[in-house]
Amino acid sequence: MRILIPGAAGAIARKVALRLKDEGHEVVGLDRRPWVDAPIEFHEVDIRKRAAEDVFRKVRPQAMVHMATVTSLVVPGEERYQINLGGTRAVFEYAREYGVEHCVFVGRHTFYGAGPDSPLFHKEDEPPLELNRFPELADLVAADLYAAAALWRSPELATTVLRFCYTLGASSHGTLGGFLRGRRVPMVLGFDPLFQFLHEDDVVRAIALTLGKRPRGVFNVAGPQPLPLSRVIREAARIPFSVPEFILSGMLGRFGFPKLPSGAVTHLKYPVVVDAGAFREQTGFAHEHDEIETIRAYREAVPLPP
Amino acid sequence: MRIDKQVREAVDRLELPFNELGIDPFGISKADLRIWGTAVGAFYRYYFSVQTEGIENVPTRGRAMLVGNHSGGIAIDAAMVVISCLLEMNPSRLAQGMAEKFINRVPFLGSWASRTGHLTGLPEHAERLLMDDRLLMVFPEGARGTAKLFNERNSLVDFGSGFVRLALKTNTPIVPFAVLGGGEAFPTIANAYKLGRAFGLPYIPVVAYGIPLPLPAKIEIEYAPPMHFTGTGNEDDAVVHGYVDKVKEVIAGMIHKGAGRRRGEPAQLTEGRS
Repeated sequence: MRILIPGAAGAIARKVALRLKDEGHEVVGLDRRPWVDAPIEFHEVDIRKRAAEDVFRKVRPQAMVHMATVTSLVVPGEERYQINLGGTRAVFEYAREYGVEHCVFVGRHTFYGAGPDSPLFHKEDEPPLELNRFPELADLVAADLYAAAALWRSPELATTVLRFCYTLGASSHGTLGGFLRGRRVPMVLGFDPLFQFLHEDDVVRAIALTLGKRPRGVFNVAGPQPLPLSRVIREAARIPFSVPEFILSGMLGRFGFPKLPSGAVTHLKYPVVVDAGAFREQTGFAHEHDEIETIRAYREAVPLPP
Repeated sequence: MRIDKQVREAVDRLELPFNELGIDPFGISKADLRIWGTAVGAFYRYYFSVQTEGIENVPTRGRAMLVGNHSGGIAIDAAMVVISCLLEMNPSRLAQGMAEKFINRVPFLGSWASRTGHLTGLPEHAERLLMDDRLLMVFPEGARGTAKLFNERNSLVDFGSGFVRLALKTNTPIVPFAVLGGGEAFPTIANAYKLGRAFGLPYIPVVAYGIPLPLPAKIEIEYAPPMHFTGTGNEDDAVVHGYVDKVKEVIAGMIHKGAGRRRGEPAQLTEGRS
């Protein structure tokens, strides 16, 4: 199968590309970030530019794995909006135009938001309720909903929207991996939410499985049980550092603490945990790395800074 | 903190799927249960000298719903019911309550509640716990129950009907229970609703002696045999309310007898109940 991966230069996306290549697929990558010595056919173009459409026209992929979305931790402001929403719109339009059969949108479980009255295990049919607390998530939520709308707008296109929980592993990338990097990891005093994460190799397997099974619909993807943030931090050989909320908001981005938008503090107070039963049922997915192994892989790959 | 030996053993006997860090999929933590159990277990044994009757009526395995009366300002009754199932049952069971929504917003309180198994009171949570064959603890009077004043302590306010619909839907036996003495342990003379709202609480209970701490009143818990109702959960209100009234009647009966006993009338612990 010919598979196009917009966003292929990302840490997890590279692994996905290599895995699909190993499985015998013809993999083409697309990203505005470079991938030096890419072992696959790679085009360094912006998905919002005309050159991206040319790649679709020339390659005529049968399947697409859209991994070119970014969080507010990586790209601030207006540009992120254009990448996430403009980019998603563009690739879905090209997909329809150039006869792609299966589109996989790789989204995030933060779609549901974190709040005091949210249910602990989110199901796919729940709306994103906590956007008012964390407006920086709006573009990702909109991209997710736009991709899901392809299910009725383009019935000829098999569309799978995956909402992955946090990723953790040796490449140390991603929201949680970045958050845990320092020696001391901030927590909100008096709060210890559950965090749900999946080993990056399991993320790669879940995407490969999705391409094989082509399930239509929206699916949460998670593996092992969640853990309280304080335990995640300690298992990663870091020190939890609890401060009252009003002090924490002022500290973020300073004194070596990770920089987070103020809305992200709610994600340090309340859990975002998903029920991934539907995905397991549809694809037979089972995680290979449990929660403890997953943190260990991160701990070994990301030694404590001095 | 020195963990009580009996509490440690009881926590170890819990048949919950803890991982090797002692955390279960809902975030319940063995370490936190031990600390909480040691602290509250001491109150159970020495301060309130809790006497539990009919614990054999609580199923040792499988889904079940404990349904009882609320009283005493700050839900001491709930804590004592949890301890009674933890310490008096073998294998021990963890009764999981449905926490009032404000609890999650209060620092420490919310994380303690979730680490010891009491999720926010949402129908989704209750159903998920039952489908996972756990022991759910329900107070159908809700916060109106704990808000009872001292002279109302042995009465029951309106019961919600959601618990019966859920029991019907999930085919769960209901074990009615009555707690006596909660109102004496925390003799509320008034509730400050406006002040409470200013702190994000439903109300703040006021006691005659000023300091809002419980008195060492004797607390008694009685469990009645399980009640089974069959249906789908989509029955007419009239049908559901009929079942609610049956459960309420059993609880009221236990409270009535217990209150009489506490006034010094002849003990009739197990007679006359159907």
